[in-house]
Amino acid sequence: MNKPALTVSSSPHLHAKADTASIMWSVSLALAPASLWGVYVFGLRSLLVLGVSILSAMLVEYLLGRMGKESTLWDGSAFLTGLLVGMNMSPSVPLFIPFLASAFAIFVAKWTFGGLGANWANPALAGRVFVFFSFTTPMSTYVNPRTLAAVMPDGLSGATPLGFAKTALAGGTLGMDSNGLLSSAGYPATGFAQSISQATGFSAYSIDSFLGNVAGCIGEVSALALLIGGLYLLVRKIITWHIPATYLLSVALLSWIFGGIPSGLGVFSGSFFPSMFSGGLMLGALFMATDYVTSPISHKGQIIYGIGCGFFTFLFRYFGSMPEAVSVSTLLMNVVTPTIDRYIVPRKFGDTKELRKKQKEAKV
Amino acid sequence: MQKVPTFSKGGVHPDDKKVFSRSQSIERLPMPGELVVALSQHLGAPAKALKAKGDTVVRGEKIGEATGFISADVHSPVSGTIKEIRKVTLANSVVCDAFVIIPDENQSESPATTEDWKSQSASELLAKIKDLGIVGMGGATFPAHVKFSVPKDKKVEVFVVNGVECEPYLTADYRVMLEKGEETLEGAMIGAKIIGAARIIIGIEMNKPDAIEHLKKLIAQKGYPIEVMGLKMKYPQGDEKQLLKATINREIPSGKLPLDVGAVVANIGTCNAIYEAIVLGKSLYERVISVTGECIANPKNVLAPIGTKVSDLLAFCGGFKSEPEKLVSGGPMMGFSFFDVDTPITKGSSGLLALAPQKKVRQTACLNCGRCVAACPIGLMPAKLYRYISNGEYEMAMQTSLMDCKECGCCSFVCPAHLPLVHTMKTGKKLGRKKK
Repeated sequence: MNKPALTVSSSPHLHAKADTASIMWSVSLALAPASLWGVYVFGLRSLLVLGVSILSAMLVEYLLGRMGKESTLWDGSAFLTGLLVGMNMSPSVPLFIPFLASAFAIFVAKWTFGGLGANWANPALAGRVFVFFSFTTPMSTYVNPRTLAAVMPDGLSGATPLGFAKTALAGGTLGMDSNGLLSSAGYPATGFAQSISQATGFSAYSIDSFLGNVAGCIGEVSALALLIGGLYLLVRKIITWHIPATYLLSVALLSWIFGGIPSGLGVFSGSFFPSMFSGGLMLGALFMATDYVTSPISHKGQIIYGIGCGFFTFLFRYFGSMPEAVSVSTLLMNVVTPTIDRYIVPRKFGDTKELRKKQKEAKV
Repeated sequence: MQKVPTFSKGGVHPDDKKVFSRSQSIERLPMPGELVVALSQHLGAPAKALKAKGDTVVRGEKIGEATGFISADVHSPVSGTIKEIRKVTLANSVVCDAFVIIPDENQSESPATTEDWKSQSASELLAKIKDLGIVGMGGATFPAHVKFSVPKDKKVEVFVVNGVECEPYLTADYRVMLEKGEETLEGAMIGAKIIGAARIIIGIEMNKPDAIEHLKKLIAQKGYPIEVMGLKMKYPQGDEKQLLKATINREIPSGKLPLDVGAVVANIGTCNAIYEAIVLGKSLYERVISVTGECIANPKNVLAPIGTKVSDLLAFCGGFKSEPEKLVSGGPMMGFSFFDVDTPITKGSSGLLALAPQKKVRQTACLNCGRCVAACPIGLMPAKLYRYISNGEYEMAMQTSLMDCKECGCCSFVCPAHLPLVHTMKTGKKLGRKKK
C-alpha cells in the first residue's frame, strides 16, 4: 500500500465554517442596506465620503501591514472600519475629514495597540469622536434627505430632530416633548409618514426617523435598513441579541421613564419607540457596540455592557450639552470592558452556591 | 410536545457525517498476517508482559498483566506465535512495548460457555471483568473494574449507558446497538447489578431513531427495567458530565466523578464487552471500529482483532478513494491524527478516519468574539486561558480552571480566528504541571 503524506495536528480535526474574514465581510454586507439608503437620500456626494473613508482606512492598513510581517488588508477589518467611519460622517463634510478619521481609527486606535484584536477602543468610533471634537462645525452640519428637502423650512434646514430638540430645550422651551417641539417649529414630515401616523397613532416624526427621512449621518438615518442588516447578522449568528437588545431596551425604558424631565414633564412622559430610532442609536447598538474586540466576551458581561451603554446614552442625550451620546457612551463602556471580562465569568459546570460556600468554609 | 432533553451549557453542532458508514453492517476482518498488541491500551499503568519472544499463545489468553490499581490486563487476540516484543508508537503518541504476533492458520473459536450470571455475586462479576481486561470502549479506555468498584461510602442510583456517539463520522456503537442489541442490554443489566443501580438509562441522540426504536422493542420483549432516552443532538453529549446533565439533570462538580452524583456511566461497546466477558467468558480482544471518512473507498464497520494494523483495515475497506490529508484514530473532535499506517488499533479505537484536505484558513489574532466562551460546555473562558498560556503564565491558567478543560474541541471548532485553542490547553496543562 502506498503511504500517503499525512498531516499530524492537534484535535479537533473539524472546524465550523466561519473565519475572521468571512465575519468582517458579512458585517460589511449587513451595512449595505443602510449605506445604500444614505447614498439615495443624501445624493452621490455621500458615496464619495464613504469611498474616501474606506480607501484611506485600507491604505493605512496596507502601509502598516508592510511594516509588519504579514498583510492583514484582506481580512476585511480595515474595510469595515472605513465603512463605519464613512457611515458616521455627515454627507456634506469636506473630504479631508473622513480621510483623517479613518487614518486615526486605523493608525492610532487600532495599530498603536497592536492591530486587530488588541485595540481597547472601537476604531471607527475613536476616529469619529476625534474628528467630531476637532472639526465640530462641519461635523454637525447636516443636509436634508431628498425626501424632505423640498418641504423643509429654511430656518430648520439641516437640523437633526435630536439636535433640534436639544437646542430648543437649551433655549428654555419647556412643557413639550420632542414631538411637540418639532411640530410647533413646523418641522415637516413625509406624506407617507403622515398617513401611517394617522392610521397607527405613532407620531409622523418617529415614523420618518424609523424609515430614514431625517437629517443625520450617512449611515445612521434609517433604523429600518439598519434593522434589516442587524437581523441578517443575528440569523447568521455573527452577533447575539445580548448587546443590541439590552442597549436598545435600556435607552427606551430610561427615556420613557425619565426622558420627560428636561422638558419639565415629569416621569413616565418620555418617548419609548422614537428614542430607539433616533440619532445614531440603531447603528451604534447593532454594529458599533457589538464590535467583538471591544465588547465583553461572556454573555453575562455583554448584558452588563449593553445596559451600561444604554444608561450613558440616555444620560448624554437628555442631560448632556453635546450630541455624540452613542459614540461617547460606547467608548466609555469600551474602557470598562476589560474589567467586566475580569470579574464577570461564566458559571462553571457543576458549580453551585452551596458548593462555593463549602469551599469557603473549608478554606477558613 | 415534551422537550427533548440535552445538556444546557455550551456545546456545538458539527455536521454528523455518519452517512458514510451508518448503513454498513458489521463485518469481520479476515485474519491479518501480523498483529501488534500493545501493552498500554488503557488509561493508567502499562501492563507487564507475561510472554516472551517465541512463545505460542492461544486466543483469549492473558499475555499482559495489570500493574497497579489503575491498569488492565491484555489478552491475545489470536492463537499464534510471538515473533518479537518491540516498541510501538500508538495513535495517541503513547510509546510502549507491544507483542508482534503471527497468527496460526487455524484459529480455535473460544468455547462459548453460556454462564448464568444472575447467581453470581457482584464481586465475582467484578473479578471476571478485571480478569478479562475490560476497559471503557468509548475512547478513554478507563479500566472497567475500577469504574465499577463502588466505594462503601458511595451509593449508585443510576447506571447510564452511553449510546450517544456524538462524535461525527463514528457509527460503531450505532451498529452494535442495532446488531448486538440483545447482548448489549444484557451487558447493561450485568453492569447495573455490579454497581447496585436500581435505575438504568440508555441515552441515544435523535439522529439514531432506529437504534432507539430497536432497543425499546427489545427491552419490552425482555421486560428489562431500562429506560431509553432520546437526546437532542449536540456535541459533546457523549462526555459523561454532559450525558448525566442531559439524562438525570445532575452536574458533576470540578474534579469529581459520576459516582459523586450517584451515577456510573458506561459506553454501549463496554456493555457489549461486559456481556461477552461474563456470559461467553470472552476476554476483550476484538472490537467494532468504524473505518470511514471522505477518502475511504468502501467505508465499513469492522469487527477487528485488537492489534490489527491500520494498513490491514484500510486494505479491507478498499484503500483510499482520494489522497487523505489526515488519518485520525477515534472521532474527528477528540481523536488523534497519526502518521504511520502500520499503527495498531487498541481497545479504545472506535474509529479510523481518512479525512479529505480542508480549506486552509489563515490564523488571525483573537477577536474576543466570545464564541469559545459560549461553546465551552464546562464554562471556561478558552480565549483567556489561551492568552495566559501563550504568555507563559501557567500559574494563572491553572488558577483559571485550566485543569477542568477536557479538550472536547468545541472552542477550537468555533474559533473564527482559527486559534489552536485545544492544542494550547494541552501544552499548558503539561507545562503547568511541570512548573508546580
